[in-house]
Amino acid sequence: MTYTLPLHSVRLEDRPAVGGKAYTLSLLARHGVTVPEGLVVTVDAYRTFVSTSGLSERIAMELGRKRFEDMRWEEIWDAALRIRNLFQTTPLPAPMEDALVQALESRLGARALVVRSSAPGEDSRGSSFAGLHESYVNVRGIDAGIAAVRKVWASLWSDAALLYRKELALEVESSAMAVLIQELVTGERSGVMFCQNPNNPDQAVLEAVHGLNEGLVDGRVEPDRWILDRRRGRILSHTAPMRDVTVLPSPDGTRLQSLSADQRDRPPLSDAEVGRVFETALRAETLLEGPQDVEWTFRGDRLHLLQARPITTLGEAGEDPRPWYLSLRRSFDNLKDLRRRIEEEILPGMASAADLMDQVDPAALSDEDLASEILRRQAVLEEWTGVYWDECIPFAHGVRLFGHVYNDTVHPEDPFEFVALLGSRDMLSVGRNRALQDLAALVRENRELGSALRRGERTDIDPAFEQALDRYLHQYGALSCHDASCTRDENDVIALVLKLAALAPEPDARKTAEDRAVLEERFLSGYGDDRRDEALEILDLARASYRLRDDDNLYLGRIEGRVLEAAKEGKARLQARLGDGVNRLTSPEVATGLTDSSFQIPASTEEEGDTPGYPVEARQLVGQPAGPGLASGRARVILEPSDLRELEAGEVLVCDAVDPNMTTVVPLAVGIVERRGGMLIHGAIIAREYGLPCVTGVPEATVRIRTGDRITVDGYLGIVTVDRQEGFG
Amino acid sequence: MPPSHKEWIPALRELLASQPLAVLSTQDRGQPHASLVAFAATGDLREVLFATPRATRKYAYLTSDNRAALLVDNRSNTPADFHSATAATVKGRVDEIPHEDKDRFLGPYLARHPHLTEFVRAPSCALMRLRVESYSIVRRFQEVVNIPVPP
Repeated sequence: MTYTLPLHSVRLEDRPAVGGKAYTLSLLARHGVTVPEGLVVTVDAYRTFVSTSGLSERIAMELGRKRFEDMRWEEIWDAALRIRNLFQTTPLPAPMEDALVQALESRLGARALVVRSSAPGEDSRGSSFAGLHESYVNVRGIDAGIAAVRKVWASLWSDAALLYRKELALEVESSAMAVLIQELVTGERSGVMFCQNPNNPDQAVLEAVHGLNEGLVDGRVEPDRWILDRRRGRILSHTAPMRDVTVLPSPDGTRLQSLSADQRDRPPLSDAEVGRVFETALRAETLLEGPQDVEWTFRGDRLHLLQARPITTLGEAGEDPRPWYLSLRRSFDNLKDLRRRIEEEILPGMASAADLMDQVDPAALSDEDLASEILRRQAVLEEWTGVYWDECIPFAHGVRLFGHVYNDTVHPEDPFEFVALLGSRDMLSVGRNRALQDLAALVRENRELGSALRRGERTDIDPAFEQALDRYLHQYGALSCHDASCTRDENDVIALVLKLAALAPEPDARKTAEDRAVLEERFLSGYGDDRRDEALEILDLARASYRLRDDDNLYLGRIEGRVLEAAKEGKARLQARLGDGVNRLTSPEVATGLTDSSFQIPASTEEEGDTPGYPVEARQLVGQPAGPGLASGRARVILEPSDLRELEAGEVLVCDAVDPNMTTVVPLAVGIVERRGGMLIHGAIIAREYGLPCVTGVPEATVRIRTGDRITVDGYLGIVTVDRQEGFG
Repeated sequence: MPPSHKEWIPALRELLASQPLAVLSTQDRGQPHASLVAFAATGDLREVLFATPRATRKYAYLTSDNRAALLVDNRSNTPADFHSATAATVKGRVDEIPHEDKDRFLGPYLARHPHLTEFVRAPSCALMRLRVESYSIVRRFQEVVNIPVPP
């Protein structure tokens, strides 16, 4: 079995074993183009690894948890992280490890490396999927080289690759990945050349930067840009950017740095050098039989060709959401900017939008004014929802970025161990629940108070309780309900406090400060003492990402509550004329109904489902293990917001999606089952904070489980068992 | 055991090694219950291991009555099975491997089923042991032998 091949000795017959990228470079090298020295870890090595270790079946099982079409993007990311961790923690077969070490030592020695994917079929004409698989630049040492090979293998199953699984024909049985390991040529000037301008077939385009071309490729450094006449190679135009930064090698990869004054004033290439790059790119075009997109670098006066692939672009069809998902992967710098904007502008903006709405009492408005108030509030909600999608959701990538860094540093058995490090006492929903627990503690201490409250009496039995309740309502009242029906209803709060008081005092959330400190130290020391500040900065950003992803929901929920409040007033006015059907109306429909006396309730499109035949009842449902633990209890299925009030201590909360505004009742539950999937969604975050077993991503959870079923939530395995009755099967 | 019967032990060993899955029979107050499990036999053929989450019926049934049977076979679901398939019925009593011993048994089990690592290691998953009392092996359609396994 050939696990490795020297790049310069690859022949045509090796193509299936080395993948498109490596084969292309070997062909160019054979014809005299300067290509960095390298080594290919063959497809056979990948196949041997995944088959002998059982990894291939584990990947298939991970991806087979539910129908792929039913997986949300977050769930795909979670699955990709688990698979990535398997690739990182599963031992290599000893002969393969020996072969890799030996080949790396003899061929590349102590040189800095670039490690890239080279998948069979990739880069062949018509299927260029740049950026779906990982590359690692400036990898140093044999161990780091092998670790990078594992990560590149894993990226065959990255979230991005899984999104494009159809186009990539990604199958556990047949897909494989070769890895190209090359010497890192640290050129002083680098760039990309398109032999043919995608927008004009008579032109070629050259982009160049000072430093490594990594900054250009990932968009952090703006390049100088030349347009050339393809036939004569004449320069038609040159556009110079504000040259300010450059990407240079650093001990652990690459780093963004300021340019020297001299470099700021000088284009990276002379006109003659532009011509040389164009000639080399054209030579590649001839050898590879088609226009190429070529990455290159100058070290001193020598031009090295780093990569060549046919010019194609990922389709960006209007309805295809995948480019948007991919845009969620943000760089560390980009995330820092987003954080500032969310903390300083977006959340305060949402809060003041809701405050402004609070100043208008819907009940005091005429029908016509109420209609325009509903529409105005709806428009404000839509605007903030847009901001939420554009900026708050992408900021969640901070947690994902940290997940990769943590797993690369610590190599934990549990790929989601890092989440325990992020939990925060500062989260709004956790603070709110703590305030409720404090109220419950006062009721526990004062028997008389509890009895009075149960009788529905609100006397001043306990001034401390009254003060605490007022504080709670003032601080969280507007946030504690998710629709207008229970907004700031203190009776609901008291009913909940009484239920909580009946429970044993809650040990504060399970993940103690000590646990967190141990994990934090493990991460920081693994990252290296000399880079402690950097590690702390990444951790801090991840914590902000985790916290804000939760808080932003609450802020948006507050605006949503104000829209529903106005619509509820409208529905009450329409009810006499239109009957109970008004409850089905959307807010804009309510506004129409208020101003148009001929308005009729649209016919319901829901069909009555009456399936003949044998009943099919769920016995075991499969989702994701989102919060460890095992618990059994009576299911409480939340179909309407008002169902929440029925939740009794010891029940399992079953819902479509844990709305951040629902978390006040979570301490009553013994477990959580959620239809919406993900390890980092609100329900999972809160479940982990309270140490509750949690399974997310259970298809049709609220339909297949009924209130009253006895269910067992297995938060280790992601299984929900339903004991409706003793039966067969 | 007559000499002609010696060949059965290697055949049994080969059958057990060739199959990843077997049908486990348990019962609930007289109602038989069958389920598919991923199994591994120990080298001395005295024990057969399988894993199950604790919330399953088979786990509950075995907890109240530990008698069980396991059917291991190499059928291919073609007519040729009638002359070429071999099946073994394994009878015995099942207990859960105590937590402190789990690691010792995990090795042989995971060697057979490496892709079940996360499943078996989960705290909610029980590793079960069938202590074999007898094997009954069928081949050539109706040729049957019994192999009692002394305690």
